[in-house]
Amino acid sequence: MLGFVIQRLLQAAVVMAVMSAVVFVGVYAIGNPIEIIIPPEATQEIREATIKRFGLDLPLWEQYFIFVTNLLQGDFGRSFIYNVPVLELIAGRLPATLELVLISVVTATLLGVGLGVYAGYRPESWIARGIMAVSVLGFSVPSFWVGLILILIFAVNLGWLPAGGRGEVVSFLGVEWSFLTPDGLSHIFLPALNLAFFKLAMMIRLARAGTREIMLTDTIKFARAAGIPERQILTQHLLKLISIPIITVFGLELGSTLAFAVVTETIFSWPGVGKLIIDSITVLDRPVMVAYLILTALLFVLINLTVDLVFALIDPRIRARGA
Amino acid sequence: MSEQQSPFRRFWSEFQENRFAVLALIVVVVMALLAFFAPHVVPQNPYDLENLSLLDARRPPGFVGSGGYSHLLGTDPQGRDLLSAILYGLRISILIGLAAGVVALALGTTVGIAAAYVGGRLESVLMRIVDLQLSFPAILLALVLVALLGQGKGQLITALVAAQYAYFARTAYGAAKGERRKDYIEAALATPLSGRQVAFRHLLPNCLPPLIVVATVQIANAISLEATLSFLGLGLPVTEPSLGMLISNGFPYMMSGRYWISVYPGIALIILIVAINMVGDQIRDQFNPRLRK
Repeated sequence: MLGFVIQRLLQAAVVMAVMSAVVFVGVYAIGNPIEIIIPPEATQEIREATIKRFGLDLPLWEQYFIFVTNLLQGDFGRSFIYNVPVLELIAGRLPATLELVLISVVTATLLGVGLGVYAGYRPESWIARGIMAVSVLGFSVPSFWVGLILILIFAVNLGWLPAGGRGEVVSFLGVEWSFLTPDGLSHIFLPALNLAFFKLAMMIRLARAGTREIMLTDTIKFARAAGIPERQILTQHLLKLISIPIITVFGLELGSTLAFAVVTETIFSWPGVGKLIIDSITVLDRPVMVAYLILTALLFVLINLTVDLVFALIDPRIRARGA
Repeated sequence: MSEQQSPFRRFWSEFQENRFAVLALIVVVVMALLAFFAPHVVPQNPYDLENLSLLDARRPPGFVGSGGYSHLLGTDPQGRDLLSAILYGLRISILIGLAAGVVALALGTTVGIAAAYVGGRLESVLMRIVDLQLSFPAILLALVLVALLGQGKGQLITALVAAQYAYFARTAYGAAKGERRKDYIEAALATPLSGRQVAFRHLLPNCLPPLIVVATVQIANAISLEATLSFLGLGLPVTEPSLGMLISNGFPYMMSGRYWISVYPGIALIILIVAINMVGDQIRDQFNPRLRK
């Protein structure tokens, strides 16, 4: 087991090293930020001083070396545009993204499991067919389109909910949150629904497939033979049996929802990390782009590492093969 | 006396049993034809600035503009006839989706089959890379690549291919790994055929069914990804708007009730994607031996 852990840790480290180099070279190969940072009417001295201050006159490998050295000390540099440390900038935007992602994934899971179990329990009923049609739509329809339609219906035509922004926030544990105020909740409703839609489709399918499989097993037959009421079979025994793949996917989805949040945040002007990265790409704010990409890569490497290790812990065959 | 049916005939007669799939296939074909012959079908060339008049901009459906014809679906902020713009946009979306899908299919299949056929170190390195890539969401990968490569059709297709080839590689690898162990491959290897011939003439055709299924789904995904990237302003240049960009252009006007600029291109996009997915679903069911009667 120890060998397996060390091997996976080394692998994660190699991936991160490769990613940092690729991201750095890639980001620095595009566009010239000098034109954006320095106003055109600036004198030659100011130009040169600014270029020097940002270290843009050094050769690329030297810039990369400085970058990695700083990175290992937890310093991601300063944003060209906002002129604050990048880490501070991202940390300031993180709560908005986090509350949006958590609310949508939890909603999608609870709702999706409920609907999916029903669709698997009565696969021939009309309601089940309707549920499956919704899940097919959830997979096919691009998420930005769902967001647009939500805005058109609920914000423009009905005027029930706001179309963008975070609304009123309240400070809790030193961080500002939207979901604790009624106004903030009304603002988070549409983007969360948008983000949850795709996940909902996936959860419905998982729960339905699991339910159909489990309902045919002896466990359920014996439970019925023992006279346990149907409701209790569903809520106690079935749920427990289908929960393992659902919990796994729940964990994996938390990560990928952060990526989808980019689209949703842009549509609803939600001031989270995703909106920050899109804005940074359009204004060529290199340090923010690099930091976002590296942190995202780190997040995914950590999630995969955790999944690998947890599975190895549960399943000895993986351990034997990996080591 | 039983009639000898060709595999394609048999496939088609099974396909016909699902009315919805046939309908979806017709929709896909009609949309592709309309897009392909767009210049001959639509009243206006939306890319020719001389044809456009700002006086016609943002008019509702049915408005008769300076061109003297009725704008059935209204006009966009540049005064383009929306129906024309949608068909031209459809052209770009289908073109990009097909190109990205086909290149990703070729690249992914080569990687997957090479890994399964050669084995050893090459296999573990290639499949490690593929697995690693599959753990990242395709949209994030495409987003980053488009940001890095810049705007343009070639760059966009490159980004989509890079984001999608891994799905083909995984599928081809899985299928080829299973076929590799079978006797007919051993028999083919005993003949003087070269290794490459065995891999591509004998191994590849037997791996095709799952690849075809993945290809239909991935073309729909590529179209959807392209639309998303264009919507975010990271896809194609503004001069040749794809469906995603048309939707994005109309988005600011939606708040003031001019819904048609965004909604109609969106409906065209959704119909196309859902229809392709329905065709793909039917093909998958037909290839799935467990669902065979």
